[in-house]
Amino acid sequence: MSALPGPPSPSAVPVSATALEVRSLSVSIGTARIVRDVSWSVSPGQTLGIVGESGSGKSMSVLSAVGLGPGNARVTGDVRLTTSDGTEHDLLGLRGNALRRIRGRRIGFVFQDPATSLNPMLTVERQLTEGPEVHLGLKPREARARAAELLELVGIPDPARRLKAYPHELSGGMRQRVMIAVALACEPEVIIADEATTALDVTIQAQIIDAIRELQERLGTATVWISHDLAVVGGIADEVVVMYGGEVLERAETVRLFQDTVHPYTRGLFASRPHLGQRSDQLLSIPGSPPDPRAIPPGCVFWDRCSVRGDDRCRTQHPELVDLGDGHWVRSFYLPDARPPSAEPATRDQEGER
Amino acid sequence: MRYVLHRLAQSVVVLFGVTVVVFLIVHLVPGDPIRIGMGTRFDPEIYEALRRASGLDRPPLEQYVSYVSKAVSGDLGVSFRSGQPVTHLLVARLPATVSLAVVGILIALLVSFPLGIISAVRNGSAVDSIVRAVSQLGVSLPNFWLGMLLILLFSSTLGWLPPSGYTPITEDPVEWAKRVIMPGITVGVVAGSILTRYVRSSVLETLSMDHVRTADSKGLPRRLVLSRHVVRNALVPVITVTGTQIAAILGGVIVVEVVFAWPGLGLLVYDAVRARDYPLLQGAVLLIAVIFLVVNLIVDLLYAKVDPRIQLGGDP
Repeated sequence: MSALPGPPSPSAVPVSATALEVRSLSVSIGTARIVRDVSWSVSPGQTLGIVGESGSGKSMSVLSAVGLGPGNARVTGDVRLTTSDGTEHDLLGLRGNALRRIRGRRIGFVFQDPATSLNPMLTVERQLTEGPEVHLGLKPREARARAAELLELVGIPDPARRLKAYPHELSGGMRQRVMIAVALACEPEVIIADEATTALDVTIQAQIIDAIRELQERLGTATVWISHDLAVVGGIADEVVVMYGGEVLERAETVRLFQDTVHPYTRGLFASRPHLGQRSDQLLSIPGSPPDPRAIPPGCVFWDRCSVRGDDRCRTQHPELVDLGDGHWVRSFYLPDARPPSAEPATRDQEGER
Repeated sequence: MRYVLHRLAQSVVVLFGVTVVVFLIVHLVPGDPIRIGMGTRFDPEIYEALRRASGLDRPPLEQYVSYVSKAVSGDLGVSFRSGQPVTHLLVARLPATVSLAVVGILIALLVSFPLGIISAVRNGSAVDSIVRAVSQLGVSLPNFWLGMLLILLFSSTLGWLPPSGYTPITEDPVEWAKRVIMPGITVGVVAGSILTRYVRSSVLETLSMDHVRTADSKGLPRRLVLSRHVVRNALVPVITVTGTQIAAILGGVIVVEVVFAWPGLGLLVYDAVRARDYPLLQGAVLLIAVIFLVVNLIVDLLYAKVDPRIQLGGDP
C-alpha cells in the first residue's frame, strides 16, 4: 500500500480502507515513456485530485490503470481495486471481458466533454439502461425505472421526458448530469472524473462539482478527480497528486499542499492562477513546455523550466520522491531547510528508478 | 415535414435543369436530325414538311415548353427509328434494367458492409490488408473488362452460366438468376469496392470517438460496443455515399448491358446513340435522371430518419 518501498505509507491507512490503489504504474508507447512510477490510492468516500498541465500524463496514468488507455500502450505496475464486499481485484492482471465486468460496474467514468462523450444517435434512456442491463441483469422495464431514478438523483427535472431525449436536445450542464448518472448507474465503488467540468461554463462547473460531491457523500464513493485546474481540485479533493512530465512531483493532503507548497512546479501552478483585478497581460505563466516523453532528461523533469534550478545535480541526477512526513511527498533536491530529507532516498538518486 | 418539402423543391429545380439539358441535346448536337435521317434521298419539300410535323421549325423556347408539357403527361415523342412512342419503348425496357441494378446494388451492399466493418475493427491485420488490396483493385477495374473476363471464365471456359441474354423474372426465376448473376457482379464490384473503403474509414473514425470510449468505460461487452455504438453510428454517413453509388451503378449499367446483351435502358440508350434516335435518347436520359433524383431523395430522407440530429420537423 505504500507508494514506494521503504518509507511508510503516506496516508497510513489499512489495506481494506482503500478502494483503488495504484503502485509504481508506468506506461509507455514505443519509445515514449509517458508515465513513470506513479503511485496513489483513494479510500471510500474520499476524493483524490490529480493535477497537471496537458501532457503531464495524468489522464493517461488513470485510464491505463483501468484498461482504457491506447491499445498499443505497455502498462506495468500494480493496480488493486477493493470492492465493498472486500474482494481485491488485480486490474492489470485482467484482460478483455474480465476487465469489462469491472468497468462500469465497479468504476464509473465522467469524461471531459459531454457533447461528444454521449452517443448522439441514442436516447438518454438507452445510454442509461445498457450498463445496468449488462452488469446487474436488469430487465428492460426495471432498467428504465432505474434510469428515471438516476436522472432524479443527479438533479434532472422531469426524468420521464428527458429519458426520451437525445443528447443534442439537452444543455451542456444537463448532458454532464446524464454522464454522471451513467457513471453512477451500477453504484460503483470508484468514480473517475477526467476533466469533468473543463468544458462547462463556470456556473455550471460549480453545479456539477456540487452534484458529484453530494452524491459521493451520500453513496460513499471514492473519487479520482483529474484536472489541470488546481483551484477546482483544491475545492474538492482530500489529497492532491501533482504530476508533471509523467511523474509525481508532489503529493499531500489538500490543506497541507495549499498551506505548505514545496515543489517549485506546484508553486508555479499557484502563481499562474489569475487573481481578481489582474489584467490578462499581467498573468504569470511557467515558461517552456513539458519534456518530450521520447527523450526524458536524465535529471529532474522540471529542470529546464524551474525557477530554482539550484545546481548541476538538478540537470544530471534524477530526484527521488521524498517523504517530508505526514504523507507530504516531494520530488526535488531543494526541500525546506526546516525539514531536511532523510539521507536514505537521496543517496539512491543517482540511479533513479529508471 | 419542412425538410421533406425543402428536399422536394430542390428536386424540382434539378429536374428543370435536366429537362433543359435533355432538350438541348437535339439542338446542340451538330447536324440536323431530319437531314441526317433523310440521308442521300434529300428532298426540300419533304424536309420542310417533316420539320413542321416534328415542330422543329418553331422557336426553341416554344419547342421546349411543348416538350416539357407533353413529357409531364407521359408523351415523350415518337422514336425516329421504330416509329413507336418513346414512353412505350422505355416502359418495356425498364424491368430488365431495374432488376439488374437491384442485383448489383445488393451485391455491392452485401459485400462492402461486412468487409468494411471487419477490416476496420481488425485494423492492420492480414484480413484488413487483403480487403484493402482487393477493394483497391475493384475500384480500378473497368467494368466492361471485368464483364468480359467473367464471360470468358464462367461461360466460355467452365460453361456454367449463359454468356448473355435476359429472361424476365416473372417467366422463369431460375433462368433469370443464372443470367443476372454475372452482369450483377460486374455492376456491383466497383460500387462495392468504393463502399467498402467508405465503410472502413467511417468505422475507423467512429472507433476513435469519445462516445465509444464512454461505451467501453461502461464495461459493455466488446460485441455490443461495436454493434450499438460503432457500426450504427458509422453507417449514417455511409448512407449518402450509398446513394451516389446507386447512381453510379445506374450509369455503369449502360456499358454492362451492352457487354451482356441485356435488353434494358442502357442497351436502348446505346442503340439510340448509334442510330441518332434523338427522341428516344432524350426520353431515356430523362428517365434515368428521374430515377437518379428519386433515389437520392429517398436516401436523403432515410438519412434524416436515421440521424436524430437532423430534425424532419425543424429547419433543414
